[in-house]
Amino acid sequence: MTFLGHVITGLSLGSIYAIIALGYTMVYGIAKMLNFAHGDVIMVGAYICFIFVMNLGLPPLLGIIIAMAVCTVLGIIIERLAYKPLRSVPSLAVLITAIGVSYFLQNAAQLIWGASPKSFPTTFFNFGGNQGFTLFEGQLNVNYAAIVTICICVIIMIALTIFTSKSKMGKAMRACSEDKNAARLMGINVDKTISVTFAIGSALAAVAGVLMCSTYPTLMPTTGSLPGIKAFTAAVFGGIGSIPGAFLGGILLGLIETFTKAYITTDLSDAIVFAVLIVVLIVKPAGLLGKYRPEKV
Amino acid sequence: MKKVISMLLVVAMCLCVLAACGAPSTPSTPDNSGSSQPSGTTTPPADGAVVIKIGGIGPLTGGAAIYGIATQNGAQIAVDEINALGGDIQIEYDFQDDTNVAETAVSAYNNLKDWGVNIIYGTTTTSPCVTISSETYADRYFQLTPSASSPDVTAGKDNVFQMCFTDPNQGVTAANYVSEEGLASKVAVLYNNGDAYSTGIAQGFIDQANTLGLEVVTEQTFPADTNTDFNVQLTACKDAGAELVFMPIYYTPASLVLAQASQMGYDPLFFGGDGMDGILGIEGFDTALAEGLMLLTPFNATATDERTVSFVEKYEATYGEIPNQFAADGYDCIYAIYEACQQVDGLADMIANGDNAALCDALIAIFTSGEFSVDGLTGLGMTWQANGEVSKAPMVVGVENGAYVTK
Repeated sequence: MTFLGHVITGLSLGSIYAIIALGYTMVYGIAKMLNFAHGDVIMVGAYICFIFVMNLGLPPLLGIIIAMAVCTVLGIIIERLAYKPLRSVPSLAVLITAIGVSYFLQNAAQLIWGASPKSFPTTFFNFGGNQGFTLFEGQLNVNYAAIVTICICVIIMIALTIFTSKSKMGKAMRACSEDKNAARLMGINVDKTISVTFAIGSALAAVAGVLMCSTYPTLMPTTGSLPGIKAFTAAVFGGIGSIPGAFLGGILLGLIETFTKAYITTDLSDAIVFAVLIVVLIVKPAGLLGKYRPEKV
Repeated sequence: MKKVISMLLVVAMCLCVLAACGAPSTPSTPDNSGSSQPSGTTTPPADGAVVIKIGGIGPLTGGAAIYGIATQNGAQIAVDEINALGGDIQIEYDFQDDTNVAETAVSAYNNLKDWGVNIIYGTTTTSPCVTISSETYADRYFQLTPSASSPDVTAGKDNVFQMCFTDPNQGVTAANYVSEEGLASKVAVLYNNGDAYSTGIAQGFIDQANTLGLEVVTEQTFPADTNTDFNVQLTACKDAGAELVFMPIYYTPASLVLAQASQMGYDPLFFGGDGMDGILGIEGFDTALAEGLMLLTPFNATATDERTVSFVEKYEATYGEIPNQFAADGYDCIYAIYEACQQVDGLADMIANGDNAALCDALIAIFTSGEFSVDGLTGLGMTWQANGEVSKAPMVVGVENGAYVTK
C-alpha cells in the first residue's frame, strides 16, 4: 500500500514537472531558446489565481481561466519586449536576457504581493466536501488534487500533440522549428508563430502554477524557480523539443525523485535524480525521445 | 525609433528592479501617510546628546526576506521609541540588504563602515552572520544578532552576542519539555539537512532525547532546495508509529507538512522550534491544520503584558501585520544595546573620535559582567555568557482554536 501511495505521489509530482516541461520544450523547439523565466510565469499564474479566488471570491475554475489569460498576455509581452529584439543576436545574449526577466518577475512579485508566503487553500479540489478518498479499508489515501493533476497533464499532452501535428498553426510551428528562414520564404509569419508559442507556453505555466500550489500550498515570489529548473531538467531528460519527451521526462523525474526519497535516502534525492540525468545524457545525448542531429558545418 | 523605445523599456525595467530592492525599507501599508518613517532618518538629536550609529544587516529581498524585514521593522520601532524619549543617547539607524548571501552581506557591511557605523546589529540569518562576525571580530565592532542562532556565529569571537537561543540549546530545551510533560514516548524528527539552523536543533534534540530515554523512532530529512513534498517522510513517521513529530524547520515548509499530514490522515502531535512562529500569519492558511501544534518560541504576540501589547499595537499600526518573534528579537536588540551604552564611561568621546574598538571592548565588558540584565519582549532578566550565548527562560506556545496560547 505504501508503495502505491508513493507511485501516486510520484505521478502527481511528475505531472506538474511535465506540464512545466511542456512549456520549456515548446519554446525551445520553436524559438530555439531556453526561456528561464518560465518558472516565474508559473508563480505569477498562481498569484493571479490566488487573488481572484481568495480575495475576490470567484470560483476556482474561473480563477484558473483568468490566470491563464493573464499569463498568456504576460508571455506575449515578455517575448515582444525582451526576446524579439534579440532574435538575430547570438543565443547566449537571449539566455542572459531570460535570466534577467526571471529576476525581474521575482522582484516585481515581491514588490506587488510582498515577501511573506501565502497559503493556497487546500480545499481547492474539493468534491462532496472531501479532499480525497481512501482505498483498501483506509490504508491508502488518494487526493483529488493528485488525480486531477495527472488527468490534466495527460489531456494537455495529447491536445498539444494533436495541435502541432494537425492544425495549421501547429504545422507552421513545426516548420519554424525545422528552419526559420525557409519557413519565412514559404510565407509563414515567423514572428506570429513564435508569439503564439509563447502564449501557449505561458498559459500552460498558469495551469501548472495552480496545480502545483493546490498540491503544495505555499506561494512565495520564489515558488516557481526550483520547479522551473527541475522541469527544465525533465525536458532535457526526455529530449528537449519533443512533446512526448517532456511528458515522459517529467513523469520519470517525479517518480525517480519520490522513490529515491522513499527507498534510498532523502538526503541525496536531488543528487541521485541528477546523476540519472547525466547517465541518460551520456548514453543518449539528445535525451530519451529527442532526435540527435549532428551540426552541419 | 524602435531602439529608443526598447532602451527606455530597459531603463524602466531596471528601475522597477531597483524599486523592488528598496521597497521593504519603507513600510508598504497604504494607510500610514501620517506616520511614515523612512529607515535611516531620525528626529534631530537633542542638544548635547550622543548620536550612536547602529547599522543592521539582513535579507530584505529573496526567499528569507520575511525574516530580514521583520528584524528591520522591529528594531526601527525601538529606535523611534528611544529617540522620542529625547535622552542623552540618540540612535541613527540604517539597515542594509544582504539577500541571505554571505558575499552580499560583506558589501552591506562595507557600506555601513563607509557610513561611519559604531555598532553592528545583525545579521538576521546564520550563514551570512558567520562571515560578518569574522569581519567585525577583525575590525573590532560590537555585534549583536537578533536571530542568527548557530554556535558558529559566536565561536571564538568575543565581540559577538546573540539575542536568540543557540540551536543545540533549543533542541535540548524542547526534548526536556517533551519528556517532563510526558507528551510522547515515541518521537520522530523531521528536519532540513541543508540548513545549519534546522540540523543544529535536531541534533541537540536527538542527543537529549536519547539521554532522557525518549525513543526516536525515525529521523527524516529533506534537502534545502526540495522542500515541497513531504509525503514520503510523513509516511515513514506514520509507519514508525511516532506519536510526536519534532520539526525544527521554518514555518513555510511546516505549513506544507501540516497540510500533507492532514491529507494523508496522519495526526500526531507536531512540535516545532522558534522558526515555526508565524505559521498562523500566512495569508490563506487554514489554521485548523495547525490545531494542537506546539512550538518553542521566545515571543507570543497575543500575550497581554503591557510591553507586548504596546509593541504589537505600534507594529501593526506602522507595518500592517502582527509582529513575529524576529521583530521582537530585533526590538530587544536595540534596547539591549541602548541600555548597555548608558553604562559605558566616556561614551561621548568614543563616538566623537570614532573609536569603535574602545566602544566594543567597553560593551563586551558590560555584557559579560554578569550584572547586566535586560527585560525585553522575548524574556525578562536576560543575561549573556562570555561565549555570546543568551540566558533566558524558554516559553512553549500551543495553537488552540486558531490562536497562540502560552503553555
